[in-house]
Amino acid sequence: MNRFGVLLAVVAVVLGLTVFALLRSGGGAPAAAAGPPPTVADDGFRGYTLGQGNAPVEVVEYLDFECPVCATFAVIQMPTIKEQLINTGKVRWRLRDYPLAIHKYSRFSAHAAQCAGAQGKYFEMADQLFEHHQWSQTGKDPSSLFRGFAQASGLDVKAYDTCMEQGRFAQRIEYSRQEGDSLRVDGTPTFYANGAKLFVGFRRLPSSDDFKALVDSITARSRSRR
Amino acid sequence: MRYRQAIALLALVGFFVALYLWLHALGYGGAIKCGASGGCEVVQTSQWAVFLGLPVAFYGVVGYVAVFGVALAALRQVALAERRWNVLLAGLTSVGFLFTVYLTYLELFVIHAICRWCVGSAVIITLIWIVSLLSLKSPATRTGLGASPQPQGPPA
Repeated sequence: MNRFGVLLAVVAVVLGLTVFALLRSGGGAPAAAAGPPPTVADDGFRGYTLGQGNAPVEVVEYLDFECPVCATFAVIQMPTIKEQLINTGKVRWRLRDYPLAIHKYSRFSAHAAQCAGAQGKYFEMADQLFEHHQWSQTGKDPSSLFRGFAQASGLDVKAYDTCMEQGRFAQRIEYSRQEGDSLRVDGTPTFYANGAKLFVGFRRLPSSDDFKALVDSITARSRSRR
Repeated sequence: MRYRQAIALLALVGFFVALYLWLHALGYGGAIKCGASGGCEVVQTSQWAVFLGLPVAFYGVVGYVAVFGVALAALRQVALAERRWNVLLAGLTSVGFLFTVYLTYLELFVIHAICRWCVGSAVIITLIWIVSLLSLKSPATRTGLGASPQPQGPPA
């Protein structure tokens, strides 16, 4: 091999090792945000809400951001529900985390949304996670993609990174999951209206019409009691 | 010959830059190392990061491998005197350069984010392109680093 061949070989080895080191140090999903916390504490947080505080009906949705049915519900049904029920003051909608153990990045995605929530952008991040739900199909580490979502949601990405690396909301998410267990949440999404479990059985994807009928019925019942 | 060596060396460096971006696009290695600006994430997760169903970086990998392979082939003793290799390299690198100009335009004026790795690759392909154009003007038989002169046997 001549001198130029040796030079090429040396450059190839050095750059190959550099790329390998870069990929290895890429971090991936920070363990603090991706796994269950060692302890659980109640920080008093009970979920982000949409709608007015005095709405006659409160719907609580236990969701998993990696769950395809949750994504379909969020993308297909929620816009109509927002327009017809939430924005009209009939319903307040509360979102609670219920990361399923079968999903690799459930906690991580819930944590991404909570870190966005710390900057007042929970719903923007939730929209990104659901509207670009292809990430859940690949099985690949979505941390880089989520940073892109954070940026698209208008977050301070540095603060988001710190939040994710610290696993700042891991206990909050686990508390929400345990709360769901105590309420017999048996999958995602699971809904409760004024404390009563809805759509019991195998039906996981109610429509906006189902909710409209339900809210009308609850409202009519409370009127007739007066 | 020095021009072809320079093209081979630059193509090798460009190959590793494109390889890193491609592996990252395939989901290896987590967050891209790109500084605090987040520009790489924006570019890599934009709709323009995929071209004809494949990550753009994949075309970079293929392009650099092609340029590197042709440059090595052009460095063989039997090919050193042949000008057509310079033409082939200039043609190949012109395609790569034009594609890079298009991608840089997207970064600056459509995506409004700059990916440092993409800029690195753009600089490399631009240098390769300039060198390939210069090689068209020069005689192809110059010898350079590591070239061993053709052994001259006694006249038959």
